[in-house]
Amino acid sequence: MPDSAPSETVSLQGNHACALGALAAGCRFFAGYPITPSSEIAERMSVELPRVDGVFIQMEDEIASMGAILGASMGGMKAMTATSGPGFSLKQENLGYAAGAEIPCVIANVMRGGPSTGLPTRPAQADVMQARWGTHGDHPIVVITPDSVPEIYMQTIRAFNLSEQLRVPVVMLYDEALGHLIEQVRVSDGGDIEIANRKWAADPGPEFSPYAAGEDLIPEMVRPGDGFRTHTTGLTHAENGFPTQDPDVVEQYMHRILDKLEIHKGLIESYETIDTNDADYLVVAFGITARAARRAIKQAHEQGIRVGMFRPITLWPFPVEAFESIIDGKRGVLVAEMNAGQLITEIERYRPAECRIEGLNRIDGETITPRQILNRIQELADRE
Amino acid sequence: MSEADKQFNIHDYLREYLFPHFLCPGCGHGIALRALLWAIDELDIDKDRLAFVSGIGCSGRLGAYIDANTFHVTHGRPLAFATGLKLARPDLEVIVITGDGDCLAIGGNHLIHACRRNLNITCMMLNNEVYGMTGGQVSPTTSDDRFTTTTPYGNHEPVFDACALAEAAGAGLVGREITLQTPSLKDVLKQGLAHPGFSFIEVMSDCTEVFGRKNDLGSSAEMVLTQKASVRPDFLENAVDQPFRPHQIKTGILASNDRPEYAESYRNHIDAMKRDHGHA
Ligand SMILES: Cc1ncc(C[n+]2csc(CCOP(=O)(O)OP(=O)(O)O)c2C)c(N)n1
Ligand code: SF4
Ligand SMILES: [Mg+2]
Repeated sequence: MPDSAPSETVSLQGNHACALGALAAGCRFFAGYPITPSSEIAERMSVELPRVDGVFIQMEDEIASMGAILGASMGGMKAMTATSGPGFSLKQENLGYAAGAEIPCVIANVMRGGPSTGLPTRPAQADVMQARWGTHGDHPIVVITPDSVPEIYMQTIRAFNLSEQLRVPVVMLYDEALGHLIEQVRVSDGGDIEIANRKWAADPGPEFSPYAAGEDLIPEMVRPGDGFRTHTTGLTHAENGFPTQDPDVVEQYMHRILDKLEIHKGLIESYETIDTNDADYLVVAFGITARAARRAIKQAHEQGIRVGMFRPITLWPFPVEAFESIIDGKRGVLVAEMNAGQLITEIERYRPAECRIEGLNRIDGETITPRQILNRIQELADRE
Repeated sequence: MSEADKQFNIHDYLREYLFPHFLCPGCGHGIALRALLWAIDELDIDKDRLAFVSGIGCSGRLGAYIDANTFHVTHGRPLAFATGLKLARPDLEVIVITGDGDCLAIGGNHLIHACRRNLNITCMMLNNEVYGMTGGQVSPTTSDDRFTTTTPYGNHEPVFDACALAEAAGAGLVGREITLQTPSLKDVLKQGLAHPGFSFIEVMSDCTEVFGRKNDLGSSAEMVLTQKASVRPDFLENAVDQPFRPHQIKTGILASNDRPEYAESYRNHIDAMKRDHGHA
């Protein structure tokens, strides 16, 4: 945290807000590898962590950074890393390990244009699917997409809370434009924010099983040194932590790690709606694009077009029920995103009959403007 | 119990409820594990403080059998995971168990940086010249002309000398031993564990079932005797990692230095920063 103790309002860049949010949440370990446009998160962490007796380390690559935060997390520290497109690709195998072995961790992916080295300094929203499906196999993951600097701060705190409570990797996904945007943020002194911690197992009795879970489907964590002496593996494991290929046990494990997000979706899901109730049309947008959409919607209202907005804050798991109730009865939906059409594939799954779904896509390294969105809203309305 | 009464009993350290274990009969990896546990026993390290981090391979599977805090991570990445664990928990004795493929091929970058940083971790690399677990493919330590499932006409690639690599990269302590000389191996590992910086110990293991069979190297006993015949602890010139060749294998502690240990120097830097900037 900054030196000052009480809550105060400061001008912060999005990436610095992410770092300060992490610290407020209790993050005390950061391992990373520099990459534009995320490096300011690492740089800020390298300043702040030593002051609070935390650990900052720049590793030899992103694979190592991801490995190191998992080691630190299993050691008992709240840990995070930050990266962008190419580095996010490199983190995927160990991210899958975190999902499978249920190791809390937060990964910030500040999106730039891709594929490959792409557009290092330009914004994009083209990692919607990589964030969900980048690692192999069926796996649980939570992805959060803030749309402002204060929201980056607050949602990074929430990312840690969810990760610790649910033992699941959480991705903070936002684009370069937000990462480098400067806005006013009320930085907490700690008194007014809720911090959630992992559940620690207390009794290493002879019958202890590290992956046995109660009704909440979340096993308690064990701290090395507390007498448990358990095994952690990326191999599919039984409740005792050791590898198994028994189909019944494998299936039980798979269902548990996937279902735990389903049963806790009330805790996870978050979204914003604007004027959706009596709207004929809907704009779906997240992150920086939602800011343009907000303005376009206002202008459309002035022209008498009844249009609302749905903004997923938790992108994955997608807030299905909320969205289904909102899309119900809509005549047309415009999905605006800075990619060639990724979120729209999810939206199409919930399309009611008679509803037209169109994409507004921008893949030139520029942000989508309010004008572009307004034009497409007008087209949607004119087509009726 | 007095020191004299205390006899090393491997059964005290194993999760025998997981037996039968998965190693092939005659595999050198089991002997290496025995030597490691023996070294730990002689150093009297509390089991609750022991953390083993292993990669993927037959070598990596050993961790699961140890009654301690065990982490079986992704292929090639145990040193990365161990780095985070040790920095978060300096009170733990962190030991990495890895193979020649895990450590020198996919994990080679992590090895050289672990040596450079000199964080207090002990890394035991089991060199059997082959990818045992995946059925016997060529590795960065497979010697000249050896047959593997991916060198059907004999290997033509040069080998890594892992110890020379670790030494050049700055490891605090570097040692090598063969499995047949188990007490010496135990002693080398003991020195590695006791060293305050990063210790790299290469164990010349033998993969009887896959590598031995493919190259007509005889039984496991014959393989280790061939190794033994190649060992020249006094011979320190021109030695290479070719355990089943009539070359000299350098054994014992091959290098050590007293470079600052990573976690300690990190703490010192922070303390200095706090003093200078009044952040105490
Ligand atoms: C990312 C990845 N690539 C490949 C593999 C397949 N794989 C498993 S073990 C192994 C090689 C192990 O060889 P080594 O480290 O020498 O261990 P050994 O089995 O010989 O003890 C490979 C390539 C994997 N598990 N993960
Ligand atoms: S395949 Fe080779 S290395 Fe693996 S257990 Fe068998 S003998 Fe040992
Ligand atoms: Mg091998």
